[in-house]
Amino acid sequence: MSWADLIVLLMVVLVLATAFATLFLRNLLGAAVATTLVSLAVSVFYVILRAPDVALTEAAVGAGLSGLLLALAAKRLGLWHIEVQEAGLDERGDDPC
Amino acid sequence: MLTRYSALIFAAGLAFMLFVLFSGLPLGAPGMVVGQAVLDRAPAEVGAANIVTAVVLGYRGIDTMGELAILFAAATAIGLVLGRSRGSRHCPPAIQPGGFILRAGNDMLFPLLLVVGLYIILHGHLTPGGGFQGGVVLAAAFVLPVLARPTDMPSHAAMAWIEGLAGAAFILTGMAALAYDRAFLAPLLGTGEMGALVSAGTLPILYLAVGLKVGAELASLLLSLTEEGGD
Repeated sequence: MSWADLIVLLMVVLVLATAFATLFLRNLLGAAVATTLVSLAVSVFYVILRAPDVALTEAAVGAGLSGLLLALAAKRLGLWHIEVQEAGLDERGDDPC
Repeated sequence: MLTRYSALIFAAGLAFMLFVLFSGLPLGAPGMVVGQAVLDRAPAEVGAANIVTAVVLGYRGIDTMGELAILFAAATAIGLVLGRSRGSRHCPPAIQPGGFILRAGNDMLFPLLLVVGLYIILHGHLTPGGGFQGGVVLAAAFVLPVLARPTDMPSHAAMAWIEGLAGAAFILTGMAALAYDRAFLAPLLGTGEMGALVSAGTLPILYLAVGLKVGAELASLLLSLTEEGGD
């Protein structure tokens, strides 16, 4: 098994694991992070398939921008659930004002 | 219920993908004639070392303009939906500065992201990448400081100006070809020496316009999402 095969195998496992994590994670922020990981692994596939342009797009848009977009949309909808221990740093969206 | 159905669709798609992978379908069985023709002719005709750029801007420039138009329409629609919700409730958004790691990471990453984004844009005709990818990196570079220090926002007006001027520059560069009896968006200024930074005629100018436009558009989109995140 060559190095490329090993990387492909690793990336297949990563794509499937993160895709299922996206489906089954209760925490929406975690799910958004998982989708970015799917894109990151897929962009490695594009590099292996010798399409660096597409890989760059996938890494920039899929792994960078869309994850940020999903996270910000979740924040706007008040769906962030970060358990913060320190008092006064509660980041949940439902602050009364 | 919806989750069930979406999971079903996902499973069906996965099954189809595995079926295609394992049944050994002859992918691309009729030989791709266009690709080979482009590979043969593009270096001499357009002079871009990156053939993808030669196709995206040289042979299919109007498609790229269509993409820009779609992006513009989407950003405008999102700005319309998100932009005017502030007047109804006068609730000061709970602004919390980012943590130390976010701020320090932002200080280190911001110049790096700027350099990488501009490099990807300016070398779009030489190396993989180009206006769209570099523009996204630039947008990320300008959103990161806002996440770290939510109090100092870059102005929306400046972004709108950059976006508009870049779009106008793209179209004007395309129309300049009309003055020389060429087709709209046809590359001008000769091909130059292939592989040099100043080569491939007007393609770098077009990609710079695309990069600035995409960057300003996406940055203002993300900023309008972050703005009232507290409530």
